[in-house]
Amino acid sequence: MKLYCLSGHPTLPCNVLKFKSTTIMLDCGLDTTSVLSFLPLPLIHSPRLSKLPGWVSKDGTINLEKRELLDLSTIDVILISNYHCMMALPYITEHTGFTGTVYATEPTLQIGRLLMEELVNFMERVPKAQSATCWKNKEIQRMLPGPLKDAVDVWTWKRCYSMQEVNSALSKVQLVGYSQKVELFGAVQVSPLSSGYSLGSSNWIIQSHHEKVSYVSGSSLLTTHPQPMDQSSLKNSDVLILTGLTQMPTANPDGMLGEFCSNLAMTIRAGGNVLVPCYSSGVIYDLLECLYQFIESANLGTTPFYFISPIANSSLEFSQIFAELCHNKQTKVYLPEPPFPHAELIQTNKLKHYPSIHGDFSSEFRQPCVVFTGHPSLRFGDVVHFMELWGKSNLNTIIFTEPDFSYLDALAPYQPLAMKCVYCPIDTRLNFHQVSKLLKEVQPLHVVCPEQYTQPPVTQSHRSDLMLELQPPPMPYRRCSVLNLPFRRRYERVYILPELANSLVPSEIKPGVSVATLSAVLHSKDNKHTLQSVPKPPPMPPSKKRKRVIEEPPVALAPKPMLSGAVALEAFLATLQKHGITEVKVEETADGHILHLQAEDTLIQLEEDGTHIVCDSEPLRTTLRDLVLRFLQKL
Amino acid sequence: MPEIKVTPLGAGQDVGRSCILVSIGGKNIMLDCGMHMGYNDDRRFPDFSYVTQNGRLTDFLDCVIISHFHLDHCGALPYMSEMVGYDGPIYMTHPTKAICPILLEDFRKITVDKKGETNFFTSQMIKDCMKKVIPLNLHQTVQVDDELEIKAYYAGHVLGAAMVHIKVGSESVVYTGDYNMTPDRHLGAAWIDKCRPDILISESTYATTIRDSKRCRERDFLKKVHETIERGGKVLIPVFALGRAQELCILLETFWERMNLKAPIYFSTGLTEKANHYYKLFITWTNQKIRKTFVQRNMFEFKHIKAFDRSYADNPGPMVVFATPGMLHAGQSLQIFKKWAGNEKNMVIMPGYCVQGTIGHKILNGQRKLEMEGRATLDVKLQVEYMSFSAHADAKGIMQLIRMAEPRNMLLVHGEAVKMEFLKGKIEQEFSIDCYMPANGETTTVTTNPSVPVDISLNLLKREMALGGPLPDPKKPRTMHGTLIMKENSLKLVSSEQALKELGLNEHQLRFTCRVQLQDPHSDADTLHRIYTHLKSVLKGYTIQHLPDGTVIVESIVIKVSSSAEDSNTKVLLLSWSYQDEDLGSFLSSLLKKGLPSGIC
Repeated sequence: MKLYCLSGHPTLPCNVLKFKSTTIMLDCGLDTTSVLSFLPLPLIHSPRLSKLPGWVSKDGTINLEKRELLDLSTIDVILISNYHCMMALPYITEHTGFTGTVYATEPTLQIGRLLMEELVNFMERVPKAQSATCWKNKEIQRMLPGPLKDAVDVWTWKRCYSMQEVNSALSKVQLVGYSQKVELFGAVQVSPLSSGYSLGSSNWIIQSHHEKVSYVSGSSLLTTHPQPMDQSSLKNSDVLILTGLTQMPTANPDGMLGEFCSNLAMTIRAGGNVLVPCYSSGVIYDLLECLYQFIESANLGTTPFYFISPIANSSLEFSQIFAELCHNKQTKVYLPEPPFPHAELIQTNKLKHYPSIHGDFSSEFRQPCVVFTGHPSLRFGDVVHFMELWGKSNLNTIIFTEPDFSYLDALAPYQPLAMKCVYCPIDTRLNFHQVSKLLKEVQPLHVVCPEQYTQPPVTQSHRSDLMLELQPPPMPYRRCSVLNLPFRRRYERVYILPELANSLVPSEIKPGVSVATLSAVLHSKDNKHTLQSVPKPPPMPPSKKRKRVIEEPPVALAPKPMLSGAVALEAFLATLQKHGITEVKVEETADGHILHLQAEDTLIQLEEDGTHIVCDSEPLRTTLRDLVLRFLQKL
Repeated sequence: MPEIKVTPLGAGQDVGRSCILVSIGGKNIMLDCGMHMGYNDDRRFPDFSYVTQNGRLTDFLDCVIISHFHLDHCGALPYMSEMVGYDGPIYMTHPTKAICPILLEDFRKITVDKKGETNFFTSQMIKDCMKKVIPLNLHQTVQVDDELEIKAYYAGHVLGAAMVHIKVGSESVVYTGDYNMTPDRHLGAAWIDKCRPDILISESTYATTIRDSKRCRERDFLKKVHETIERGGKVLIPVFALGRAQELCILLETFWERMNLKAPIYFSTGLTEKANHYYKLFITWTNQKIRKTFVQRNMFEFKHIKAFDRSYADNPGPMVVFATPGMLHAGQSLQIFKKWAGNEKNMVIMPGYCVQGTIGHKILNGQRKLEMEGRATLDVKLQVEYMSFSAHADAKGIMQLIRMAEPRNMLLVHGEAVKMEFLKGKIEQEFSIDCYMPANGETTTVTTNPSVPVDISLNLLKREMALGGPLPDPKKPRTMHGTLIMKENSLKLVSSEQALKELGLNEHQLRFTCRVQLQDPHSDADTLHRIYTHLKSVLKGYTIQHLPDGTVIVESIVIKVSSSAEDSNTKVLLLSWSYQDEDLGSFLSSLLKKGLPSGIC
């Protein structure tokens, strides 16, 4: 049982578990932080941006955390825990010889598809006349300026995939529902559990009859929109793989939400605009729900809210149809009403959504306003345009809510910037306090986690509360490490067919413990084992030469059972007597007794752990054998 | 022998008040809890006194499962849970949980407020009953308790309809509820995996019918509606608010758009708008096409179909009205029917099954004079058309489901006895499995023969698999031997050696030694060699060794030779073997007693 760790990013994990002859990939997150090394992709050529020193104005490439640690074509299944952790899927399923199946819940698939569509759209909107790859050569990279020089493994940076690759990759996804048990090759059973982080997000249980591995990725105990986390099913795990803890252990999501609202209101009141660079699904639903309650009280009823993304409409619509997987929202559907209040915001024209800044938006656009748009890295998407538009005025505010990117790095190419900047990262994933409480409750035998979680963050090295402290200590992994998971498989499940089961004769060895010897034919099919009775040999054809029969050496059908116990002297003597053997001379030895059957000229040596019969006459020997066997237990 | 018992309290050789009791592995489950549309007396509800004469049902049932929201499957639920008394879990899918209480309330209103019945469940009871409901997701495995697990599959009959797989240990039952094996305009087809249940309990409404293609029926339907409209007639389509109604609405909506028709289409009030809203929110339960396009255009937002008002019925000119309920037994559809029945230009289209005793059933059987309440009679002059749009599986569909699930036994409910008999014959012939069709109150018992799950030590299994080679050889089955340890509730299969170790027992060695006298005029060493050669020729396939210390070892049997003290030609052979080699040892001693053949050097 081995774990191959392909990603060092704790919240965008990619691990491969080899378990009972299956190869299971757990998530395939796409680390897009490398785009911060690139210049923003503006819709219109901007002379200012292209003259900035120290930045390369090249293609939007993306860092792919994959190494040739193992052959991707040998992967049997990929388990996806949430839509953020599937963005690298096309890189793995396409052009690698991958022939397996991907498992994900329906919301994960649908929203994941939307996010990929959006990414491709952002990239393809600004086509490149040419793309450079030579700079990835080590020799050349060394001579490049600034941060690029120091970037590691640039050769793993890949161009963004195409829509065709996305469709092909997603066609390999098989939908599963929470707590659905999926059999993999009859050997392993996997099952997704609600993880409470986003719509359709799941943790996974990977188990056989005797072993259980839990994979916890991106979970939340907060009451936001998704269904609450299923904790009890994680109990009794042999190994728990823990990833996707909060990236902002010190920021309280509720406090951040409050700060978000107050900064937003302040800017609008002062006549400025608010820009919220965010992903098109996820926390935005909670932001909108929060604003829905906040708008009236803050007297923002007339301020327009815009949500601009190629997938804005789809994202808002899709969120409404997964009510079954929503927390506290099921009852609304029974009325029937849309589960999320953003439906009402749209109905009352407070929230408007547009596929891009072209078309309708430009004519309907009113200021001051609030704009939600992507991409949070500020390197591509419509947000680039708004940065150019609003960056020069100190009335405007940009509020960062996504924790994935360092906001200072994101803003760097736009400096100097007059616009106010507020950082309210909202990360609802488990924090260290919650996770230790959770682990105390579910009590896994071993915990595996990224090495980052086993020490305090570099910037806050005194905060020993910002790390995992467990007994036994967790097994840390880093990128490219291969862990041997510490448990040995000892048992496997077989099924005894009823006919055979009925023929077994159990005998009690100790109180409450019985044994039965069993001889059977083992059938193994699809990793399922069954035991059948031994078929009776066909009757021997009546042989004419009966003499020859004795010449045939015996065919060992069933070996003799092992024996256990001891032969009690007195009782044995009594038995002998019953069988007409009376002249017995008993001699005591160091280890037991020697019985001399004088009439028969036979010796029987009785010891604690053995009996030795010395006898020349075959009929007598067999009689004695059977007498001795009466005293022994057969195994 | 473990048994599974199935007793229908309703829907046994009948359609209506579905209620089936299943006892499996010591668990009792009630499947559906419906009412009968054809009765207004006690027979309306299943006879719960079968379960217990007096007192509550909670102690006797482990869970209740409702397959879908039609009243003949859930209509008796509040009566059962609140009036008879049941506090255990009730399972149903989310859409069913959403829609079921509305239909129940509707049903209650008609019965109590309009017909003035007393001793009926109240609105509060419906609410209390729904509080006991636990929603199910598709394919989610729900653990009712430690042993009983249930899993829902898509059934396609109406929004949220489900089939359930019930499993205790290695025994299982599948109950289909009502299902449809062909996708229609708004729902997908039923699907189940090869779960090989011990019993498949299937509905059999259309046991003898094999329906023509859906397209033909749709074309037929549209043609009839169109013709009636053209000649200025009115079309009444009695429907249940949810289900067929939406399918027919989608059909008419697209037809109206294509043909650019102007005649109004109405949908009887209240429920339906709400109903369409449910479809919008539960879009994940509809078919592929609707799910794919819902962001651009939600199929359940109709442009041509408007809400109906009672006064519209007297409006002149052609119109199409969808009105509830579907069997013309009460309510708005009956009122409109009475108004329009006298005019032969009009038409009523019955799109679904009608239970015996309802007006729908009467007019479909060609009755042209109806006796109404208060001795009035009604002449039926309008055209009556029947179109099977009910989303039930036909004979072909039922066979298809059997092929999908591969059950060991089949049990038919929710159908007419004569039709069941026919289907039963067909199933037994085609699949050679037993098929049962119990009447209400009759118990069917099926003995199951479950395998016994045992934990085998991996060492033993691996050793066995390695010896067996990669492919099984049916001609030479390999026999494995082990010891089964039964301790408390665990069954472990280990090798004998390991069993001794685990049980903390000492091995007891049983050995035999036997002297054989042999006349052989050779030196001891030569005799030994002659024995060696002799055994070599007799015992093919055994390991025989001639050791330099003057012994021959066959497997683990030791043979030594010494000369007799008196006569050097008489050799004394000492054979020694352990009990494990008893067969071979015994064989050898008798073989050697016969002496060595002369031809050996």
